[in-house]
Amino acid sequence: MEDEILKVEHLNKFYDNWQALHDINFSLKKGEVLTLLGPSGSGKSTLLRTLNGLEDYKDGTIYFQENKIDPTPKNWQLLRQKIGMVFQSYELFPNLTVIENVLLAPVKVQKRNENEVRKEVEDLLARVGLSYYLNAYPRELSGGQKQRVAIVRALAMKPEVMLLDEITASLDPEMVRGIEEIVEKLSKQDHMTMIIVTHQMNFAERIADEVLFLENGKILEDTPGAEFFKKPQTKRAKEFLESMDF
Amino acid sequence: MVHSGINVLFEGSNFARLMAGLWTSIWIAAISLVIGLALGTIFGILRTLPNKFVRFILRLYLEFFRIVPTIVLLYLVYYILPRTFHVNWPATWMAVLAFALWVAAEFSDIVRGAIESVPKSQRESGLALGLSKIQLFRYVLLPQAVKLELPATINLATRVIKTTSLLMVISIMEVINVGQQIIEANNQQYPTGVFWVYGLIFIFYFVLDYPLSAWAKKLTKER
Repeated sequence: MEDEILKVEHLNKFYDNWQALHDINFSLKKGEVLTLLGPSGSGKSTLLRTLNGLEDYKDGTIYFQENKIDPTPKNWQLLRQKIGMVFQSYELFPNLTVIENVLLAPVKVQKRNENEVRKEVEDLLARVGLSYYLNAYPRELSGGQKQRVAIVRALAMKPEVMLLDEITASLDPEMVRGIEEIVEKLSKQDHMTMIIVTHQMNFAERIADEVLFLENGKILEDTPGAEFFKKPQTKRAKEFLESMDF
Repeated sequence: MVHSGINVLFEGSNFARLMAGLWTSIWIAAISLVIGLALGTIFGILRTLPNKFVRFILRLYLEFFRIVPTIVLLYLVYYILPRTFHVNWPATWMAVLAFALWVAAEFSDIVRGAIESVPKSQRESGLALGLSKIQLFRYVLLPQAVKLELPATINLATRVIKTTSLLMVISIMEVINVGQQIIEANNQQYPTGVFWVYGLIFIFYFVLDYPLSAWAKKLTKER
């Protein structure tokens, strides 16, 4: 398919003898938002980390822009410039200021002109309300501000796909909404392709084009977002939504 | 007239000789630290890499320098090395060699520990941005490790400065050796000279080491 950006076929992931992911299959089109839902320990974050090369996999195939990924460290290093990732606990570098955190990868990894990138990232930081914090260190920021910087840091690489791993899970409820709005804008205005792991069902319903429901490392359901929240196909997904007061 | 013992310090060129001895101690300690810290950083990084053989060799190297007393190291480099390998360096450079290798061994363990103390998630965050392993060390792990390792590094520096007092065993004219010569030469004229000479040497070492020790303590508290 022409606009297919990511495709996973028969992916299996083991930790020693324990199988964390069982025969995972799905595909993602450009501009689409795929949401991974499921109880804790169902393999959502493991799947996301595998798509960024932070976890190796035993067998199966991942295609990026129709090219089969040869999962060597060197290839993953190149691919990570196109597959951005944002973590639950922000993981900004505490020894660098906000602007240094954001400039690091575009300038040092992508070897882009620092002045040009600086202009771009200052605009991005302004979009998320952080213009006054360019020279602040992460320790001087709130959780919500740190997560905004982390999102901008990933966006500064101009990725084709963004992987968001429970990015609101460490935040106070009032900060959650701000981050969700940023991600929704990224989807609606910028048509950013994203895979999102979240426990915020209302947010997932608003943003998901497609939902993968996982349990024990298996995909139990692969359903369009609009359908999943109204009429889940499996009993287990229905129970899960009820347990989340949805 | 009863001589005051303190005058031994100012008899002839005694004070200047003591200062020259102190300077010898300082520069040997300083050069050993510069070389040892640089080597130790490289060894410490290598000890965090997955290559088991390299890690084993560097671990052996560390254990050797930990187990063998410094005075034995000095004898080894001063008496054994020149005969075995026909190295004919001045004693001061032999001392620098022994001290630098010792510092490198100790510092490699400090660096390894500090790098491994940086949370794994920071390493993953760097990798997720596409940083290479070298870039990861250069921009993420080492700057964070330096902060973690600073108190231990300062403590190592104070130990090196103190241990220069052993250099007299290989005939280096460092401050203790000079002091001993002054005491022996002036023993009859200044019977209490030993108190003043070693008193001054105590002050020298205290002035050098105490600020470093206090700094290390402050950094540890801040952490």
